[in-house]
Amino acid sequence: MTDVTKSSGASQGGSILSSGLDDILEPSPGSLMRKRIFGHTGLVIGGGVLLIILLMAILAPVISPGDPYDQDLSRKLIPPVWHESAKVTWDHPLGTDLLGRDYMTRIFYGARISLLIGFAAMMISGLIGTTLGVLAGYFGGKVDMVVNFIITTRLSLPVVLVALAVVSLIGSSLTVVIWVLGLLIWDRFAVVMRSATQQVRGLDFVAAAQSLGCSTRHIILSEIMPNVANHLIVIATIEMAHAILLEAALSFLGLGVQPPDPSWGLMIAEAKGMLFFDAWLITIPGVALFALVLSINLLGDGMRDVTAPENRN
Amino acid sequence: MIHFALKRLGVAVLVALTVSILSFSMVYLSGDPALALAGEGASEQDIENVRRVYGFERPIVVQYGDWLVRALQGNLGHSNYLKADVASVVFERLPTTMLLGACALAFALILSIPLGVVAAIRPNSMIDRFALTVAMIGQAMPSFWFALTLMLWFGLNWRLLPISGTASWQHFVMPSIALGYYVTPAVMRLTRAGMLEVLSSDYIRTARAKGLRPMTVLFKHALRNAIIPVVSLSAVQFGFMLGGSIVIETIFAINGLGFLVWESILRADVPMMQAIVLVLSIIYILLTFLADLLNGFLDPRIRVS
Repeated sequence: MTDVTKSSGASQGGSILSSGLDDILEPSPGSLMRKRIFGHTGLVIGGGVLLIILLMAILAPVISPGDPYDQDLSRKLIPPVWHESAKVTWDHPLGTDLLGRDYMTRIFYGARISLLIGFAAMMISGLIGTTLGVLAGYFGGKVDMVVNFIITTRLSLPVVLVALAVVSLIGSSLTVVIWVLGLLIWDRFAVVMRSATQQVRGLDFVAAAQSLGCSTRHIILSEIMPNVANHLIVIATIEMAHAILLEAALSFLGLGVQPPDPSWGLMIAEAKGMLFFDAWLITIPGVALFALVLSINLLGDGMRDVTAPENRN
Repeated sequence: MIHFALKRLGVAVLVALTVSILSFSMVYLSGDPALALAGEGASEQDIENVRRVYGFERPIVVQYGDWLVRALQGNLGHSNYLKADVASVVFERLPTTMLLGACALAFALILSIPLGVVAAIRPNSMIDRFALTVAMIGQAMPSFWFALTLMLWFGLNWRLLPISGTASWQHFVMPSIALGYYVTPAVMRLTRAGMLEVLSSDYIRTARAKGLRPMTVLFKHALRNAIIPVVSLSAVQFGFMLGGSIVIETIFAINGLGFLVWESILRADVPMMQAIVLVLSIIYILLTFLADLLNGFLDPRIRVS
């Protein structure tokens, strides 16, 4: 907010002719929004880092120095370029792993797996949680009681443990991991959507829509949903980050993504035995995971700040 | 209060029953349990025998009822892998995990409550920003990576702490930090928000106007009220940590429930998996029930709504 006042002060300091229009015309909502977005440090950093990781994932086949599955035991365990070692080579900027696969390539392709699982699991859980939460918040009474009961039951199940057990019993694959995570982490969506809907449904425009004879479907989709959407975006980022961390933990324990696919969690597990000799094998995928999760969280926090109505003036 | 308590108890029992149905149904997740038990290459006759011995030919509802009655009597089944009674193995390992959870929670509270209070006294100050940054970073670090990094520095490079096992209290330091740090952001944010709200209330203004010492106002008047939600959050988080200790226990080779469940999953020891999911869920349900009661006791407004 201080940035907005500062920049308008600066434009007044310019020549009267060039800044004349700016003073007369109200700034458009779009330009105000842009100012809010680019004035928010966390949002800009988070969005920037996420964009870089997204580009890494999309462009992986183009920018990778090698092939993620190509093994070469004669070139195994080459350290990254900043290490002082005779083996260091720019052919492998981040070195190679135990099987001589190029580490940078595997990091790029690993971004695809993290983003895919995080996004897909978040979409599934978002659909389940939002449906339950909005229904509970809108109808209240018995529906609310039932939904609350389902949420309480879900919360009492230990997520990591149930996910591991179910994945091991069904058999692990990318699809199974996505569905198991999606079916487990909808609770926050439901809780937040429920209370957000409760607040909105008491407002006058909902009563107006009801008295006009709008269908329940129309009221929920066109009157309630747009007004709870800003909460939805924030929870979506939190749960996407959550799903990415859970996938990494499952893969780390050997029950998520299976070798030879390059999941960051699995890469850390594969290098676990080398912790005391080649710690960079663990540091690099760890930093990648950390940067991805942090950037998603920063983006979510920033979006909340920018879209919250109380920050608009 | 009694009405409130009974209502909460009723919900807790219903949730526990639902959880028991879910953990019972794990047997059928991988398909026909008799087929899995008889092993590969078993003849039709073998599978039929297994089915009869374990009672898999009965209707599922009857099987569930039978399982539930036995579970209530403390009989959680028999582990085919360990050739031992599941309940005795589980309750032998439970104290270690409880101890780890308690240490982790203590670490989290000691770190996060003072940070939250200081951040609330000076909102938007350097300290506040520092605390929020710590919370942000804490939430983004994968626990297993953090655990391995701790091991590398404290265990190998500085040789300060032992890296695996449970022989002494030093063995619990790193696992507690690795398990507990994940809880700190939530507790810190809640303490901060609670203190901010309480500090702007009328009775604090009155206390200040009376000329009470700032420290007395802060700790005797404000923190006491701000801490109520933190108590129930701690109970809930303790339950989460028991379930989440699986990653930390496998990394630090701590012989608790988490390590047991990981071994059981790798061995496809379904009765053990069922029992641990059931026991951890019921502990969680008990903890939230007690937290609800405590909240209702401390804050009469909750009882009414």
